Amino acid sequence: MSLLQLQNVSVALGETRVLDDINLHVVEGEFVSILGPSGAGKSTIFRLLTAALPLQSGQITCAGEPLCARNGSFAFMPQRDALMPWRRIIDNLTLGLEVQGVTRKAARAQVLPLLADFGLEGFEQHYPAQLSGGMRQRAALLRTVVQGRPVQLLDEPFGALDALTRTQMQTWFEARWQTARWTSVLVTHDVREAVALSDRIYVLSRRPARVIAEITVPIPRPRLGRPPCAAAHAIEARLLETLLHQTGETP
Amino acid sequence: MQRPVPRRPGRGLARGIPAVLSVASAFLIWEVYVRLSGISPLMLPAPSRVVHQIVLNRALLWDNMVPTMKATFAGFALSLTVAFSLSVVLDFMPRVRRALFPIFVVSQTLPLVAIAPLVVLWFGFDLTPKVLLVALVTFFPMLVALVDGYAATDPEIEDLMRAMGASRGQVFCSARLPSAMPYFFAGLRISITYAVVAAIFAEYVGARAGLGIVILNAKNSFRPDLVLAAVVISSLLTLVLFAATALVQRIVLRWRDVEGHR
Ligand SMILES: Nc1ncnc2c1ncn2[C@@H]1O[C@H](COP(=O)(O)OP(=O)(O)OP(=O)(O)O)[C@@H](O)[C@H]1O
Ligand SMILES: [Mg+2]
Repeated sequence: MSLLQLQNVSVALGETRVLDDINLHVVEGEFVSILGPSGAGKSTIFRLLTAALPLQSGQITCAGEPLCARNGSFAFMPQRDALMPWRRIIDNLTLGLEVQGVTRKAARAQVLPLLADFGLEGFEQHYPAQLSGGMRQRAALLRTVVQGRPVQLLDEPFGALDALTRTQMQTWFEARWQTARWTSVLVTHDVREAVALSDRIYVLSRRPARVIAEITVPIPRPRLGRPPCAAAHAIEARLLETLLHQTGETP
Repeated sequence: MQRPVPRRPGRGLARGIPAVLSVASAFLIWEVYVRLSGISPLMLPAPSRVVHQIVLNRALLWDNMVPTMKATFAGFALSLTVAFSLSVVLDFMPRVRRALFPIFVVSQTLPLVAIAPLVVLWFGFDLTPKVLLVALVTFFPMLVALVDGYAATDPEIEDLMRAMGASRGQVFCSARLPSAMPYFFAGLRISITYAVVAAIFAEYVGARAGLGIVILNAKNSFRPDLVLAAVVISSLLTLVLFAATALVQRIVLRWRDVEGHR
């Protein structure tokens, strides 16, 4: 059974129709990407899931139950890292647990053993401004992971990084994901990234966004850190084709 | 990649040098002018004479500085409490904010010259009217700063917290309040410079003691040197308060001092 399901979801913001009859689902342990052009409405889908935006029409169910604002199903990583500049890294990392009512001490105890894995060891007392872009992104990711929610929503987690750091982070992330197997939804407009990380990819059209393709990626992992195989190339080409030859409003 | 480094002590002092130089040269020009022009000390006393008066009248000045300080501190404490409590109420109730904000703006348009005698008339010659006047003058910059500061919170941080399941109160304490702190300190610095002046003005209008009374009496007995002596004391008082807020700000906003900000 799917852990997360969107049925006939449409959203209009003011006069702008942003989402048009979106249908998608995510199975437990699955890595699903939502790929779409810039400004399509990808982040809007996450805003619906995190209840930052009310559901206007359609249905969202989580583990079979209708989504309500505070059911604690999702850990959300926003498009920019949204680290609090006034909190040290360790206190940024424990934010989600603190909100859940975990004491500061217990929250730290939970986070500290994970620092090394996320390449943040020795930086827990630093402020976000003292970290490099890649480290901030890893911190934001760790802050998401430690919340222990069933589904992770990652909004372009590597979008703000330079090409080299991005590749390193993707490789690192793939390894992390392979051991942890979080149920993840990734929003991206990077075709390579989607193919490298996903089990399944939904392609959105330009605004108003519809699902114009659903593509399964049957390539064995790890896919990164080795020469890309022909199958990956084929899928990338097909995705690009779909994205380039779509109809819809021009942005 | 550096640890948060405390600022080197020498640098802060070195940065003060231009200020000290400019103030010193202003006084020097003043002194030289008074000596060369031979102007009567009843018109314009030289800085050296003012300093001499401070030394001569130190007991008087000290005794009258204490009530002024009391009024300033009490008024400021009141204003801080009111500004903060109000800002929280206004932040949680936007409708109330829209209803009340014009009143606060109007409160700032009241000329102190007109309102001070009335407040003294209503509350007598004791501490109360001074405290109220200091509070009236200082609460607005802090209130505005806090309200603006809350509004300047990064919406993405708020969305994130709500996605974590945070309540309105949690969002306020962990996101909105810390975001407002830089703004708050900007308002606090403005307020603190008004505080002593407001206290002295309230005394001037009616009091038993205080720097305002010293100034009033000295003026009435044609002693500009003593007026200026009291002015120097009041300026020093403001400077000390200003430095104290700067110190608190340095501690509270330590995160802004680290590498990468600035
Ligand atoms: N409050 C609003 N009113 C009207 N239109 C809006 C509003 N907020 C967003 N939009 C529009 O909705 C569209 C989708 O926004 P969204 O942030 O979901 O895009 P996105 O796919 O995440 O884009 P990007 O790749 O740039 O992050 C955008 O074209 C934007 O112009
Ligand atoms: Mg987006």
